[in-house]
Amino acid sequence: MRRVYCDANATTPLLPEVMEVIRPYLMEDFGNASSIHLQGQRARKAVDGARETLATFFHCREAEVVFNSGGTEGDNTAIFGLVRAGDHLITTAIEHSAVLRAAERVAERGAEVTFVAPRANGLIDAETIRRAVRPQTRLGDSRRTLVSVMLANNETGVIEPVEEIGKVAAEAGAFFHIDAVQGAGKVAFDVRRFGCHLCSISAHKMHGLKGVGAMFVRRGTPLEPLIVGGSHERRQRAGTENVPGIVGLGKAVELAMESLADGTVERIAALRDRLEAGILRIAGTGVNGAGAPRVANTTNIRFEQVEGEALVIALDLKGVAVSGGSACHSGSTEPSHVLMAMGLDKHAARASLRFSLLRTATEEDVDQVLRVVPQAVEHLRALAPEVAGTLG
Amino acid sequence: MSGGVDSSTAAAILAHSGETVVGLTLHLWDQTRLAGKHGIPDAPKAGRCCSIDDVYDARRVAEDLGIPYYVVNQEERFERDVVRPFVDEYLAGRTPIPCSLCNNHIKFDQLLKTARSIGAEYIATGHYAVNEFDEKRGRWILKRPADLAKDQTYFLFGLTQEQLSRTLFPLGHMTKPEVREAARQHGLRLAEKPDSQEICFIPGGDYKQFLTAYLEEQGEQMPGTAGELVASDGEVIGRHEGISNFTVGQRKGLGVASPSPLYVLQIDPASHRVTVGADAELATRTLRARRLNWISVAELTAPMRVRVKIRHRHEPAWARLEPAGADECVATFDEPQRAVTPGQSAVFYDGDEVVGGGWIV
Repeated sequence: MRRVYCDANATTPLLPEVMEVIRPYLMEDFGNASSIHLQGQRARKAVDGARETLATFFHCREAEVVFNSGGTEGDNTAIFGLVRAGDHLITTAIEHSAVLRAAERVAERGAEVTFVAPRANGLIDAETIRRAVRPQTRLGDSRRTLVSVMLANNETGVIEPVEEIGKVAAEAGAFFHIDAVQGAGKVAFDVRRFGCHLCSISAHKMHGLKGVGAMFVRRGTPLEPLIVGGSHERRQRAGTENVPGIVGLGKAVELAMESLADGTVERIAALRDRLEAGILRIAGTGVNGAGAPRVANTTNIRFEQVEGEALVIALDLKGVAVSGGSACHSGSTEPSHVLMAMGLDKHAARASLRFSLLRTATEEDVDQVLRVVPQAVEHLRALAPEVAGTLG
Repeated sequence: MSGGVDSSTAAAILAHSGETVVGLTLHLWDQTRLAGKHGIPDAPKAGRCCSIDDVYDARRVAEDLGIPYYVVNQEERFERDVVRPFVDEYLAGRTPIPCSLCNNHIKFDQLLKTARSIGAEYIATGHYAVNEFDEKRGRWILKRPADLAKDQTYFLFGLTQEQLSRTLFPLGHMTKPEVREAARQHGLRLAEKPDSQEICFIPGGDYKQFLTAYLEEQGEQMPGTAGELVASDGEVIGRHEGISNFTVGQRKGLGVASPSPLYVLQIDPASHRVTVGADAELATRTLRARRLNWISVAELTAPMRVRVKIRHRHEPAWARLEPAGADECVATFDEPQRAVTPGQSAVFYDGDEVVGGGWIV
């Protein structure tokens, strides 16, 4: 059976170019980047080269790039590294759990935490962030404020107005962290323009390896390291550098930048639009996040009178891989916190599926999805018309 | 697939026979929800459904068998159709059986719907029971399994003809030792895993702790059902804290001293009165059952000789069964039976066949 993978927001495969640059660092160039000898120097050179690419990508200095294990570590580092007891964290109700759970923990430890709600279309209004700022935490106060907002939502693909939020944060004298795990490589990227102090990205969401990522840390930001030990990464992140992962991240970021310039993103947007339009021809469907700017590859669709969980399984058995929200929540008991925060009820949230296309998606992929999905939805609705809406 | 030996072996048998098999695990209850409250154990041990360990075990079996595997969340329905009624039954002075409710409302209803919506023709479970189509009667028949010690037909009396026609019980003709042997032969790593015994959502097995913790979580008060403890001659011999602490036939925890052992004979939910008496007084000759389901017959129209099972570990006893109005019947035992308990089910057998069953009132 030909399988179509429509879950790029969960993870992506390595691109061949990425595999090529990684390969030598797995075996012959295996050195520890901290070693003095030639093997070490080769590894160091590779890490530094990747750092240069990341600096170009972030639009920052090389010294402001910190490699780490990925998005969750970046999000955790931003929050645990800046927010102390008595400080104020302002974040949103639609963040990834890497932010939400860290926020809950600093709240338990005596920080004040505000979760800002999105509008019905999934957009965070910069004004709601402004209103959340406490006057006593404005510039000059010893109490810190950290604003943490995602660049693009993993479930809906909605792109948040981080530039405006950055201005609000600057006016308030607040630190600003962007969880850019889903936005990186999909939208034009410039941490100076965003006005952030911290920005987290992950390699495997853009055709790099799992278990590696990077963080922009603006010079002078008083960020306490999450992981301590050796003096790696300018003492910002201890642990032997994941050289193959970092080299691969460099290449992945380079390819992502190319895809933003060479028309690939527009091609994916056109495929996504065709996919979305095709699915919307099924009665009783709608797009979550409609009307908001969205990343090119993502659409989140609710199917009335359908149990999303059963549809995900049925589609999988017919060769179409999609997700009912975030892969990080699979098997969890609650409907999507993102869709609920946008005002959907439990049924609508449970009846919603995320389709997220790979950069390598083709017209044939979309054709096949459009052959399979309407049939599957019709089958489900015919079998159990009473299933949806039976529970209070 | 619960992560236990039985459902794992059922899956292995079907997968090795060349059937197309999809593994599903129902997530029914969050074991951490009430953990640590009112004496409920903190870290659920393996062997209770829905624990992370059991889902892991089930997934490992599916991986070994090379079958697709999914966890399906039925937590809301489970709470609505099994947990809440379980609590309400105790509060009303009855002794519920959540496993039958779960089979009726979740496993053979929602799970079957899920199975059909993903394109499966049948659901297969690790229950010890046999189902066969009888051409002459034109009906699906539910029968006791080869291993009578593991017989689970008592919990399956609510299955409809449609459900029986779409269900496979691959273990029905096997004994438990044979199932373990098959598990070993199929290389299942959990072939020696111990059986689970207690009610799956009550780790530790203390239902009173569960009632207290659940009601507190729901923001509800335990209804005041304290009342009199009376002897069978009507003499008040003490007081009790609440009717949900008792089940018919119970001996321990009555809180009264007596020269001879006392047992709970009757619980009156209206007056909160709990009647106690001697073991001999527990025996009754008749039982009345409602909310009936018939399997080997379309309807009970005339009196019938059957054997009646009144609780899980009860040896079915001979009785005369007769209809008693709409959706109600009465069984009159040849020999009086001990502790006929409202809230439990009565299942009627004709030889190995399940005639039907209902809920004791």
